[in-house]
Amino acid sequence: MTSTEPTIATAAPVKKQLTIKVFGLGGCGGNVATQIHSSGFGGAQLIVLNTDSQALAQCPLPYKFNLGLKLNGGLGAGGDPERGRAAAEEDEARLRELCTGVDMVLICAGLGGGTGTGAGPVLARVAKECGALALAFVTLPFDCEGSKRMRQARLGLEEFKAAADGVICLPNQKVFKLIDENTSVIETFATTNELLAQGVRGIWQLVTRPGLINLDFADLCAVVRDRHSESSFASAEAAGPHRVKEVVEKLLENPLLDGGAALGEADALLVSLMGGPSLTMAEVSRVMDQINRHCENAHLMMGAAIEEALGERLTVTLVASRRSSRGTDLPKVAELDTAEPAPAPRAGSDFDLLGSAIASKPQARNPAVPFSPEGVAVAVAETEAGVVAPAPVMASRSWRSRKKVKPVHPELGLETVTTGPFQHSEPTRHNGVNLDVPTFVRRGMPMN
Amino acid sequence: MLNLFFPKKTTVIVGLEIGTAKVAAVVGEVTEAGGVNIIGVGQCPSRGVRKGEVVNASLAAEDVRNAIVEAEKSADVEIASVYLGVTGGHLTSLNTHGVFASVSLDHEISQQDVGEVLANAKVFNRPSENYVLHSIRQHFTVNGQAGIVDPVGMLGEQLEVDLHVIHGVTTRLQNHMRVVKGLNLEIEDTVFSGLCSALALLDNEQKQMGALVVDIGAGTTEYVVYADGVIKHTGVLAVGGDHVTNDLSYGLRMAPARAALLKREHGAATTEGAAGQTLTLTSENGFPDRRVDLHDLRRIMVARLEEAFQLIDEEIGEQGFHDQLRAGVCLCGGGARIRGIEKLAADVFGLPATLGRANAVGGLRSATDDPELATAVGLVKYGAIRQKGQQSVGLVGKLKHLAGSLGLF
Repeated sequence: MTSTEPTIATAAPVKKQLTIKVFGLGGCGGNVATQIHSSGFGGAQLIVLNTDSQALAQCPLPYKFNLGLKLNGGLGAGGDPERGRAAAEEDEARLRELCTGVDMVLICAGLGGGTGTGAGPVLARVAKECGALALAFVTLPFDCEGSKRMRQARLGLEEFKAAADGVICLPNQKVFKLIDENTSVIETFATTNELLAQGVRGIWQLVTRPGLINLDFADLCAVVRDRHSESSFASAEAAGPHRVKEVVEKLLENPLLDGGAALGEADALLVSLMGGPSLTMAEVSRVMDQINRHCENAHLMMGAAIEEALGERLTVTLVASRRSSRGTDLPKVAELDTAEPAPAPRAGSDFDLLGSAIASKPQARNPAVPFSPEGVAVAVAETEAGVVAPAPVMASRSWRSRKKVKPVHPELGLETVTTGPFQHSEPTRHNGVNLDVPTFVRRGMPMN
Repeated sequence: MLNLFFPKKTTVIVGLEIGTAKVAAVVGEVTEAGGVNIIGVGQCPSRGVRKGEVVNASLAAEDVRNAIVEAEKSADVEIASVYLGVTGGHLTSLNTHGVFASVSLDHEISQQDVGEVLANAKVFNRPSENYVLHSIRQHFTVNGQAGIVDPVGMLGEQLEVDLHVIHGVTTRLQNHMRVVKGLNLEIEDTVFSGLCSALALLDNEQKQMGALVVDIGAGTTEYVVYADGVIKHTGVLAVGGDHVTNDLSYGLRMAPARAALLKREHGAATTEGAAGQTLTLTSENGFPDRRVDLHDLRRIMVARLEEAFQLIDEEIGEQGFHDQLRAGVCLCGGGARIRGIEKLAADVFGLPATLGRANAVGGLRSATDDPELATAVGLVKYGAIRQKGQQSVGLVGKLKHLAGSLGLF
């Protein structure tokens, strides 16, 4: 095995200073971590975890760890979340070691495949058990990747939400709105990776930079801790005399915020403004005014900081978190059947937002492809009965639960057609509520 | 005498409303006594409008042409110019205040001062892309004495005025105007639809006592608050009958056309007496094909209508107009045809509610009694007031009077 045994300095002593670790999980996570690393990021330790030794070997980062070496033999999870999960559980002690003494764990993963979808929630749970604030940055696959991956991804998202403090989610499909027709595949993936990286960097800046109106780790905790929510993340930048107007417009146009709809849905909001020394109080207040107007019911926290390097530019970073109605009462990730209460019909399409595409794709084309997942599982089971005994069982359970969740999809579809003939006209919004959606639906009146 | 130089304009006045459900053209004439008589009506189902705004100009133009042609036939006149009603969710209104201070305490307020103070009030913060549709005078205040209608000739140092301003996005307003101009019709003026409805329905007494007019259209619901004889507040809610239809079509799982039919035939703004009843619908070939729970149908309708009223109620409540509306609520528009709507309105607003009739206008009863035509009838009345202003005064006072008459209707 081309084992890439961890070179991690496991001694992460509890310091006064905030300790942050960024985990890149699976193929996508690895790419995002590389992206974060390449754009210069000294603030936190980057660790790449994967079940696939080959992919891991290609990753230029120093700290990496191969999950489930015994179970999968370093061949990847074959797109099966069950195997990803089993791999993570095998190395749970190791993960615990990595997370000990860390204040904040940021997990980057692409959902839909094996490792990110399966191992991610385990890592989030472990991180939380170690007392860290666990935030996940995940992507949902492109629509064209097929409904199976999407289904896996949605289950994974629900598990993530149950395990982590907060999940910031970007459906890759939404990235299409950010790029034009002629964007190459590489650029598309770069865009989506950059978005996730931006998210991680934004959060990091938020909690580490001192500001005039300071937002610190405790504030972030207040917004996300134990909410098990899914969040939207967006940032915008503008310069010039009309920068306030522009920056707010850009934010609201951001597909990641669903054209401002995510703000109306949010029940907690974290806004960070950063500008050059010329930032005026009036500007801060105008930005906040406009944002406030879109989310009157939300618990809002703001921070403002001066960054010399920004000059005339003004950047606004926004994390909107929406408590998932059903996510909170999900049992622990370990029980796979969580999938069943999960099918919150709204949980998906419209409200989760961030993402990076790159990784989900390469992951799909991992060298593990020649093996069918079952084939590998059986082979391993025969050789190493001790370890693998539960594996086939779990695989079958996952298959069953996936099947049960099937009827969820039509419901997701219905949610989007409720505005009927008004779909193409400007939505009528009132305090963030779309009045085009039938009143009885919004009020939850049951019909016979 | 003056008419030699400024020949009297035609007394035929046409009000045109390009609504979401229908285009209506109403032809009226000013009688000798100065009253308004409706002499013709033309209507056509509208296809190019959504939520009160033109989305398909060519379809809208076709519908306007049909309505105008029908109105010409019906009134036996040739229509060259119209008063155009406009609406849309983009319209916003606000009250502004203007101040003019003169040098001495015993300064006699002149026409010029009034012009100054009005100009002062018209300076307010609005987005640059917006166009001011109306700026309607409310009252003047002279040296702190409020409620003055005409301050010219009074002595005073400080003159103040309150205006009600309605403005909207220029390009969207122009969509309506371009449709009409494309048919070689002259536009005398563009008027906010809600204002017209109020004009058609309310008499002077009601305006003095204070009244709320709610015009429930297919795409939008306009509301106007009159108190102390002047317009205090106006607004547009881009929710209307189409929303009710859509709710029904979604909730009862049927095509919108069928939902619209059900709404008209069995709809009501109350759930009373509907429990346990079912309707059997027949398919095209006359066989019974499915059942619909009447109670569900009514509940869906009530939820939507109640919400719309609640939103308006909140809005006027915020401005504190509730105790000024002694004449109650006046309903019009297609939505006013819904059975039991006045009861629902009365419950939500906590005020007496009635269906409005254009009482002050004579002529075709079918037009003046039709709540759907209130806006178009109001447009005719608006035109009549405007023309009266233009005829009765000299060239100098023309502009002044124009503004004045708007403030007083």
